[in-house]
Parts: sequence; C-alpha cells; structure tokens
Amino acid sequence: MTNSIGELEDAEAILVVGSNTTEQHPIIGEKILAAVRKGARLVVIDPRSIHLSEFAEVFLRPRPGTEVAYLNGLINAIVSEGLEDVEFIAARTEGFEELKKSVAEYTPQKVEEISGVPAEDLEAAARIYAGAGSASIVYCMGITQHSTGTDNVLSLANLAMLTGNIGRPGTGVNPLRGQNNVQGACDLGGLPNVYTGYQKVADEDVARKFEEAWGVEGLSRQPGLTITEMTDKASEGELHALFIMGENPMVSDPDINHVREALQKLDFLAVVDIMENETMEFAHVVLPAASFAEKDGTITNTERRVQRIRKAIEPVGEAKADWEIIALLGSKMGASGFDFASPQEIFEEIRRVTPSYAGITYERLGTQGLQWPCPAEDHPGTPILHMESFPIGRGRFTPCEFREPAETPDAEYPLVLTTGRLLFHYHTGTMTRRSPSLVREIDRAFVEVNPADASELGIRDGEAVKVSSRRGSVEVNAKVTEKVGKGIIFMPFHFAEAAANTLTNSALDPVSKIPELKVCAASIEKL
Amino acid sequence: MAENNNELSYKLVPSTCVYCGTGCGVLLEVTGNRLSGTLPQKDHPVSRGALCIKGWSVHEFVHSPRRLARPMIRKDGELVETDWETALQAVATGLAGARDEHGPDSVGFFASARCSNEENYLLQKLARAAVGTNNVDHCARL
Repeated sequence: MTNSIGELEDAEAILVVGSNTTEQHPIIGEKILAAVRKGARLVVIDPRSIHLSEFAEVFLRPRPGTEVAYLNGLINAIVSEGLEDVEFIAARTEGFEELKKSVAEYTPQKVEEISGVPAEDLEAAARIYAGAGSASIVYCMGITQHSTGTDNVLSLANLAMLTGNIGRPGTGVNPLRGQNNVQGACDLGGLPNVYTGYQKVADEDVARKFEEAWGVEGLSRQPGLTITEMTDKASEGELHALFIMGENPMVSDPDINHVREALQKLDFLAVVDIMENETMEFAHVVLPAASFAEKDGTITNTERRVQRIRKAIEPVGEAKADWEIIALLGSKMGASGFDFASPQEIFEEIRRVTPSYAGITYERLGTQGLQWPCPAEDHPGTPILHMESFPIGRGRFTPCEFREPAETPDAEYPLVLTTGRLLFHYHTGTMTRRSPSLVREIDRAFVEVNPADASELGIRDGEAVKVSSRRGSVEVNAKVTEKVGKGIIFMPFHFAEAAANTLTNSALDPVSKIPELKVCAASIEKL
Repeated sequence: MAENNNELSYKLVPSTCVYCGTGCGVLLEVTGNRLSGTLPQKDHPVSRGALCIKGWSVHEFVHSPRRLARPMIRKDGELVETDWETALQAVATGLAGARDEHGPDSVGFFASARCSNEENYLLQKLARAAVGTNNVDHCARL
C-alpha cells in the first residue's frame, strides 16, 4: 500500500475494486464501513455483489477481464468533465497528453458495450472519485490475477495521478496483500529477479554488493523463474529438483492436472510444511516445520509494517523452525554464512544489506511495529509513500489498451468462471480446515450460478453439478444466487476435494507472470 | 522452561495474526505448553482491539492431529518416518545432485508468504549463494 490502513477511515471517497474486503481482509473492511458511517462516498467495482456493494453509492458490476476498458472509461469521463487535477499533473507527472489521447476512444458508451457497465453509472463513479478532496483506491486479486494484470494496476496508478490522489493522507493506490507475509517475502528477495529491498539480480553493482556481503563469488546475474514457469520447466524435464517451503501448489496453483504431471517428473522434491498437504504425495523428503507460535521472527503486513511474531510454546513433536532447517541445510551443503543462532541474528544481516530495513531493530519493533522505508535507527518509518516525489522522479502515465482475457466463452464453454476466498477459510485450507470454529461455519465447496443460467440449465439450488473447463472438471453443489451476473459463475478455491484450480487457466500476464486465475471459460451440467 | 511443564501455568504472548496481510495484533493465551486461546491486542496500530473470526481462532490449527511431527523419507514408494540427520542429508544430496549433474538452474525453490522475513531471506540466500540459481519465488501471484 502507498498509504496506511488507518487512513481509510478519514478518506472522503473510497474506490474498492477487485477486493471482497469484508471477507478477505475483514478488519480493513471494517475501516471502510467506518469511513462510510462518517460520510465517505463509496464506489465498489466487482463482478459479484459483495457485502460492501450494499453500502456503495455506486456499484459497478463489469464482466470479468474488462478492467482496462472500464478504468480507461473512468479516466475518459474525468477528463471530459475537466475533473483532473491540473496542478498535480503539471508538477508531479509526465505523459498526460499521451494518456488523454489513448483513452479518447473509451467513452462511457463504448465501455458499456465492452464491460456491461451502464454509461451513467461509470460517469457517476468518475465524479465521486475525482470530486473528493481525498480518495483512496483499494484493490486486490480481482485486479491482478489477469493476463492483463500489469495494465490493470498501471491503469489504477493513472487514475490516482490524474486526480492527484497520491502522497496525501486518505489517498493512494492500495493493494491488499492476501497472505500474512506476502509483502515480507517480496521485500526479502523471495522473487526470481531481485535480492532484498527489490535490488535487481541483473544489476552488476548489486550482485557485487551481495557477493561481498555473503563472501561468495559468481552469483548469477540471470533472473530466475517464477513458480508457474518452474512448473512448466519441470514438466518439460528441465527442472530436476525442487524445494517447497510452506506452499501447497496442488491446491493453490492454476491448472492442477498440469502441476501434478510436473511434480511427478521431478528427480527430487522436498516439502517443508507445518501440516499434511496434497503436495506431499509427490515428495521424496518431508520436513516438519514449527508454526508461528513456536518461533520468533518478523512479518510485514500490507501497509509495509514490520511486526514481531514471538515464540509462545515449544515446537510440536520434532518440528523445527524453517530458518533453522534452512540454516542446517546450508551448512550440510558446505556453504558458509548459514551459521545463525537466532532469527534476530538473521535480521541483523538483513538490515546490513537492505536499505529500506536498515533502521529497524527487534527492540524498536516492540508491539507496534515500524513501516518501511526506515533507513536509519532514528527514522520514524514511513506511513505514506511518494509525498514529495516518486522514486523515478516524475510519475509517468502509462497508456494501456484493452485486451480480452486469454479465454473467452464459446459454444462449448459458455460461462465465465471466476474464483475467490470465503470469510471463514484461508487459501488451501491446510490451517482453517483444521480449525473447529471455522469448519463449523462451512466446510464444502460450491459454485454460485445466476438464477437465469440455472433455470436454462435446469439446475436447482443445492443440486450437484459438474463444472468443467478445457483443463478438467470437478463436482460441487450449486448455489443459485443473484450475487453473480448472468453468464458468470464463482467458486471458492479452498477445497482440495473439489479444487477450483483444476479448472483455472495458467495463461500469464507477460510482465508480472501472474496467472489468469480470475477468468476462464467453463460449462456446468446437472449430475 | 520448568513453568511450561506445569499444566496450570498461564501467560499471554504478544504476536501477529498469520492469516491475511492486515497483520492484526494478537495475544496468544498459553496454558502449559499449549495454546488455549487468542485475544485481541487493544493498542495495536492497525486492529485496535478488533479481530475477525479467523483471528479469534488462529491458535486452533496449531495442535491439529494433522500437524507434521517427524521428518519423513520415501522408501519403496511410501513416506516413512526418519530422523533429522537422514532427512537433511537426503535433501542436501537431492539438491546438490541435480545442481552438479544438470547445472544450478535445474534446481528451484518455493519460498513462502506464510513464513517469516528471516526465513524468506535465508531461503533466497540458500538458492543464490549455496546452489547458484535465482529460481526462487513464492505464492505472491497465487
């Protein structure tokens, strides 16, 4: 997030797009509702009716995969009504004329044809967002998990810069990170192209810095593969060994049949996890990991707040903390620099090589945490990014053209399947489905179908159906509901026995390499 | 610690909820060496004393019977329990074997958005410094 969670309560307007906030980030959802109670104007854009849409002044329900079209449409409407922030554009940005030209054809009428969003609703949304003194954009995987995910995010950045909604309290472009430490895993170099703090592996100076810090030579300057690319290389026989820590690709990744085939081909697979999971079936070695309550460490939340987790109990059975497992493994492989006695020692090394974390210490974190960038021990942390300038100087508007999703409905697969999470469960369910209080709420998969589609297919509420795509099929019970529009079906992906990701498409965004989990063509038949 | 062996000992340990990326402040209730409950941290800068249903029950999975408790290795097609030394040696050999035979980029690492900063740091260091590949990624996109 460019801004902080607490600021949402004081925003004058909030645009929530592709985020079912009250279910996926309930405490942030509550801040948004608090803002509405205080008079904030809420716009919700989502293919499904969600809890927040009931509180929205304007609710847009576009066809999934048309994000660039309707975001360009919002920009078009703002510019045609002269609602852009002329001063901010002049002082802080470049490329406005090109943007203006590129959105000219995306009139609200044209966008209505593409996305199904009524032109007057789009215009109303544009007026609310651009007319507010401070307006915050909140988004999630409904924006990013598309083959146009990068363009979708750039379009949101265009929208925020166009209206000067960046660098002030209650504004910003605010992605809600889904996993507890997805921000930290990215910050700490758990990505194929960067070391910690987003220092590029292909940058010669950076590579030399890490060679010196780690006392090694010849670090690879060649960016590595993403998860879905590693899966592809495994299935092609080019990736031979894989070490999986705390992930369950047999439920979480797109096109599970392809994942299975890839994992089976590996010469060697090690799985480290706290819980039995579906991926272990193909492992040669399984190592038991300590849970968050059994170890010390830090994690970083969606507003860049680095926070402590603390050891409360001894590890279950013979489990060991992941850091300890990796340290032992590094030493066993003959590498130096893995001799750590505690997570705090590792954190001290992180500080030395990561400018944005340099000022953070375990002592300073206490029970409140600190938001990076925090470059020095006397620096208070950074709740709001880009207040004076952008890291690249002026913010650059990036024109984006609408492209259809990789897969669109046809005669054989006439519906659009979109996926998501539920309030009571988390990702692949290895934790929440072992939690009695949560299982009591719901413990089975379902597919939401619009009443018009259900009636055409002769499907009644609660009946068993088979949902199919080009990649496979699963059997679930139908939930007939107006929550989804005609032609759209929705499935939660938590449930391994009816895994939605058997159906999803692994088509990737060309830049971010994110798979298009939010749109694929599907069909339903009564069982 | 001796007091942990006393089933009546009780303490609160401040921590952070590990479900979504909001990062709400929790206090883990510890009775003996077991988690017995979760309470919200009232002065937390984000959650300010609130928790969702997942947060209130974040301790529940920790003592699940499906927790992995011992290392396992595949023998004759079956995963069987083994000791740490054998398991770690097998992983070291498996990774080093692929690297030596097919080159460093024939090895891959999935880091995790469910693990700590320190653990992600150490895993990418293992991939880059010990094996020599940048094939390290995690579930950020999933």
